[in-house]
Amino acid sequence: MAHLSQKRHVPLSILAWVIALAMAFPVLWTLVTSFKTEAVAVAIPPRFLDFDWTLENYRTVLRRSDYALHFWNSVIISVGSTLLAMLFCIPAAWSMAFVPGRHTKNILMWMLSTKMLPPVGVLVPIYLLFREWGLLDTRIGLIIVLGLMNLPIIVWMLYTYFKEIPGEILEAARTDGAGLTSEILFILAPLALPGIASTVLLNIILAWNEAFWTINLTASSAAPLTAFIASYSSPQGLFYAKLSAASIMAIAPIMILGWFCQKQLVRGLTFGAVK
Amino acid sequence: MSTKSSRAAGRLMLSPAVLVLLGWMIVPLVMTLYFSFQRYNLLMPGMQEFAGLMNYEFFVTDPAFTAAMLNTLILVGGVLVLSVFGGIFLALLLDQPIYGINVIRILVITPFFVMPTVSALVWKNMFMNPVNGILAWLATSVGLQPVDFLAHVPLLSVVIIVTWQWLPFATLILLTALQSLDRDQLEAADMDGAGPRAKFFEIILPHLARAITVVILIETIFLLSVFAEILVTTNGGPGTGSTNLTYLIYMQSLLQFDVGMGSAGGVVAILLANIVAIFLMRMIGRNLEA
Repeated sequence: MAHLSQKRHVPLSILAWVIALAMAFPVLWTLVTSFKTEAVAVAIPPRFLDFDWTLENYRTVLRRSDYALHFWNSVIISVGSTLLAMLFCIPAAWSMAFVPGRHTKNILMWMLSTKMLPPVGVLVPIYLLFREWGLLDTRIGLIIVLGLMNLPIIVWMLYTYFKEIPGEILEAARTDGAGLTSEILFILAPLALPGIASTVLLNIILAWNEAFWTINLTASSAAPLTAFIASYSSPQGLFYAKLSAASIMAIAPIMILGWFCQKQLVRGLTFGAVK
Repeated sequence: MSTKSSRAAGRLMLSPAVLVLLGWMIVPLVMTLYFSFQRYNLLMPGMQEFAGLMNYEFFVTDPAFTAAMLNTLILVGGVLVLSVFGGIFLALLLDQPIYGINVIRILVITPFFVMPTVSALVWKNMFMNPVNGILAWLATSVGLQPVDFLAHVPLLSVVIIVTWQWLPFATLILLTALQSLDRDQLEAADMDGAGPRAKFFEIILPHLARAITVVILIETIFLLSVFAEILVTTNGGPGTGSTNLTYLIYMQSLLQFDVGMGSAGGVVAILLANIVAIFLMRMIGRNLEA
């Protein structure tokens, strides 16, 4: 608001635009390259916008029967793991926010501390257990791991959102004789919905981009896009344009989600410490 | 305030989450600890025996361990310094009255949403490739010799890629914190004749202190576990040139199938992360009370 009274600054605006474009340049460049032929893609000096634009690379990537499989794996794993975690987290966060006990703070801190466990520290046992249980390279295996991995963040995010719901509303409802079910259904649910939605979105983003477990626990049939794209790392030669098309399709959906979730991102990833 | 029945219901709702998380933490942790004292390689089935501290001894005295520790330190430290200083600068810039701030914000945050394998591949092929890369073209067009980034400065290359991913995060957090600064305070300082230097060090920086700490601690947790960027670009090489602790343990457990050694490494990684975690928990705990 304070900005309204101030005059906009032209040199600083130019500087900011230059830096912002430079930071986004690798993504913009990938986008442009995805419309080139392979020969143009490796041309030196680089061709920026003056070339014959083609959709051929997208067609080629989509024709590869496996692309759709990996895309759906990403969708199913990121959405599935988030929903699985929500099943456990909504009741937990609800109870800690509205019926806090003596140990609530300790439980919250302990949950957060599990997030600090480096994944590589438990790589061996998880890998062996998954092999034993036949969960390697399955979607359900990744849904479980990613769900558990993000559970602390989800509880925390929901907790900070639920905390902001005024307690007086609940008390008023209780004195009016509302039962637990109607309390949740008619009073809390509408108030909690925006927070729940933001939490779901942020966690789909995190799960979509997770690249440690998805690479180490899948081989082919359950591999999401993170692992599929990693398989492009070996071939050399004329493949920049196809790589770009595959990359753009892998990052576009989540990037658009992300642009709308900037505020939630700050709040979720700092556990409510910065709002 | 809360009734007995609602307290009981609360416990009932809390326990599933606590139990699964407890299982997810305890079971693998105990197994890692157990395996770390075993001589156990998947390539030699049937041969598993108690090994005492042998795995730890081999893991820690391996020259690759020293290299990996140093690389981890450089990677975490380098990215932290670049993203925090860069983030403060960018947050200050974007907080000025500038044209098109909404589009600029979107451009700046964009790298953070790119999955690690994509950003590593794009940088590796289209930017750092010594023949076809943009950076090589830039170097030759100003008359310099192109650098073969991944072969000659592998660790710096990884630092560049990871910084590109985390600078947006630092900027976004610090900008958010900056925008909650009370403008009246700055105007009062203006009237008192405070210069920009004084305003920065006396008002803005103290206000950002908490956000900076949060950025440092959270980035550290994630940076200790950098994996895909190394796997895709350099495979930890040349030699151990860009092997960090996470990648070393991955190699020992999943490429050499040495369960015992990989687990010993895992325990070391957990201990290291705990040192960082203690600071983070203390900070967030303080915040929870406020």
